[in-house]
Amino acid sequence: MTSSPAIRVRGVVKRYGATEVLTGIDLDAPRGEVTCLLGPSGSGKSTLLRCIAFLEETSDGLIEIDGEPLGYGPGSNGGRVRLPPASIRAVRSNIGMCFQQFNLWPHMTALGNVSEALVTVRKFSRGEAEARAMAELEKVGLAKRATHYPSELSGGQQQRVAIARALALEPKIMLFDEPTSSLDPELTGEVLNVMRRLAETGMTMVVVTHEIGFAASVGSKIVFLDHGKILVEGSPTQVFGKPRHARIDQFLDTYLDRGAAGLL
Amino acid sequence: MTWELFELLLVASIKTVALSGLSIVLGFFLAAGVCAGMLSQNVAARRAGRLFVSFFRGTPLLVQLLLIYHLLPRVGIDVPSEVAAVIGMSLCTAAYQAEILRGGFGSVPKGLLEAADMCGIGAFDTFRRIRLPIAVRLTLPALTSELIMILKASSLVSVVGVIELTRMAQDLAASTFLPLPLYAAAGLIYLVINAVIASIGAIVERRVARGHA
Ligand SMILES: Nc1ncnc2c1ncn2[C@@H]1O[C@H](COP(=O)(O)OP(=O)(O)OP(=O)(O)O)[C@@H](O)[C@H]1O
Ligand SMILES: [Mg+2]
Repeated sequence: MTSSPAIRVRGVVKRYGATEVLTGIDLDAPRGEVTCLLGPSGSGKSTLLRCIAFLEETSDGLIEIDGEPLGYGPGSNGGRVRLPPASIRAVRSNIGMCFQQFNLWPHMTALGNVSEALVTVRKFSRGEAEARAMAELEKVGLAKRATHYPSELSGGQQQRVAIARALALEPKIMLFDEPTSSLDPELTGEVLNVMRRLAETGMTMVVVTHEIGFAASVGSKIVFLDHGKILVEGSPTQVFGKPRHARIDQFLDTYLDRGAAGLL
Repeated sequence: MTWELFELLLVASIKTVALSGLSIVLGFFLAAGVCAGMLSQNVAARRAGRLFVSFFRGTPLLVQLLLIYHLLPRVGIDVPSEVAAVIGMSLCTAAYQAEILRGGFGSVPKGLLEAADMCGIGAFDTFRRIRLPIAVRLTLPALTSELIMILKASSLVSVVGVIELTRMAQDLAASTFLPLPLYAAAGLIYLVINAVIASIGAIVERRVARGHA
C-alpha cells in the first residue's frame, strides 16, 4: 500500500470519434510530490488531467488513485469493468481540482463558494462550514475578501478562492489545469506562491502549466506530452538539462518564461 | 367617475395582483420541476416535460381556465373560482417559464458544473444550488416580461367568476354608464402595477450584474 503511487495511470487511451487524443499513457504521480505536465498546445495535457479527475471517460486503460481503481477496474479476461457510481464518488472525493477559468460560482461570495460543499456534501452546519471556509481563505490570504463576489475579485484572487474551495474538502491530491494561464503576469506570482506553499505541506499535486520556472523549481517530476504520448519524463534536471530532446528545446524556445533561464 | 368607483377598482386590483403573484410563484416552482424533467437523462421525464410545455403553451389560457373550472367538479373536486384561476394561470405560466429557464440552463458555463462535480455535489444539489440560481439570473429580463404578461392575462380569469380588475371595471361600466373613464382608470392601474414590476426587475438585474443577490 505504501509503495503505490498517489496516481497510477496505465494504458490510458482517449478517443474523440476517430481521433486518438491520448495514445496509451502510463504514468505514476508520486505521493507528496509535484508532477508537472508540459507540452505544446493540443498535446493532450488537459485531456489527461480530466481523465485522472474522471471528468472525462477514458476509452481504454486504468487509473488508480491511492491504489483504488477510479471509474473502471480490471475485468476477468484482461478487459475492464465499469465500477458503480458509489465507488467512483468515493475515490473521487480524494481529488481536488483547479481550472484555468477558476469556475467560481458567480452568485456566491468567496465564503459561499468555499463553504458550499461543506454544507451540501459534508453536512456541516452553516456555522461550522463558514468557520472552516474562513480558515481556508485565511491560508490563501483572502480572509478579508470573504464577503466579495467573484466579479469583485481579481483573477489571481479568484484562483486562490478556487484553491481554498478545493482544499476545504481535504483532498489527498490536487490537480491544476493551467491555473495561471488566464491571469495577467503580475497576478501569476500570487497564485504560484500559494501553490508553492501547498507543495511544501506535502500535498500530492499534478500541475498542467506553461510556467517552466515553476515546474523546474517546484516540480519533482516533469512529464512532457506530445501528440497524446509521453515523450520524456524525469526530474527537472533530466528533462531540461543538457543534452536534451530536440522537441523540448523547441518547446523551451516558445515558452521559456522570465527567471526560468537561470534555473536550467 | 367618483373616488368611490376608483376605490372599488383599486380593491379589485388587489385581487389581480394577489392571484397573478401567487400563480407566478407556484408556476416558477412547477417550471423548475418541468425544466428539470426536460433536461433529465430519463426519457420518460423528458417526454413528460415536453408534453406539459406543448399542451399549456399550445392552448389558450382561456380554454385552460374553462376546462379546469368545468372539469374538476366532474371528478368530484369542487373548487372556488379563485383556486381554479390560480391553478389555470400557474400551469400556463409554468409552461412559459420552463421554456425560458431551459434557455438559461443551456447558458450556464459547463465549467461551473464541473467544479460542482469535483466538489462531490450531487445532481440534485447542483440543480438546486447552482444551475437554477444561475439560470434565473441569466433569464431575469425574460422572467420579468412573463410576470407582466401573466398580470395582463389575469383579466381572463373573470370567465371562471373571479371579479378582478377588468371584470370590476366592466361591471361598474355597465351599472354607471361610464365606460370610458372606468376603462381608462383600469388601464392606468395596470400600467402603474407593471411599471412597478419592471423597475423592481431592473433593480434586481442591476444587483445581479454586480454579482450580488
Ligand atoms: N470534446 C472534444 N472533442 C473532440 N476533440 C477534442 C475534445 N477535447 C479536446 N479535443 C482534442 O484533443 C486534443 C488534446 O486537447 P487538450 O485540450 O487535452 O490539449 P492541451 O494539451 O490541454 O492543449 P492546451 O495547451 O491548448 O490547453 C486537441 O487536439 C483537441 O482538439
Ligand atoms: Mg489544456
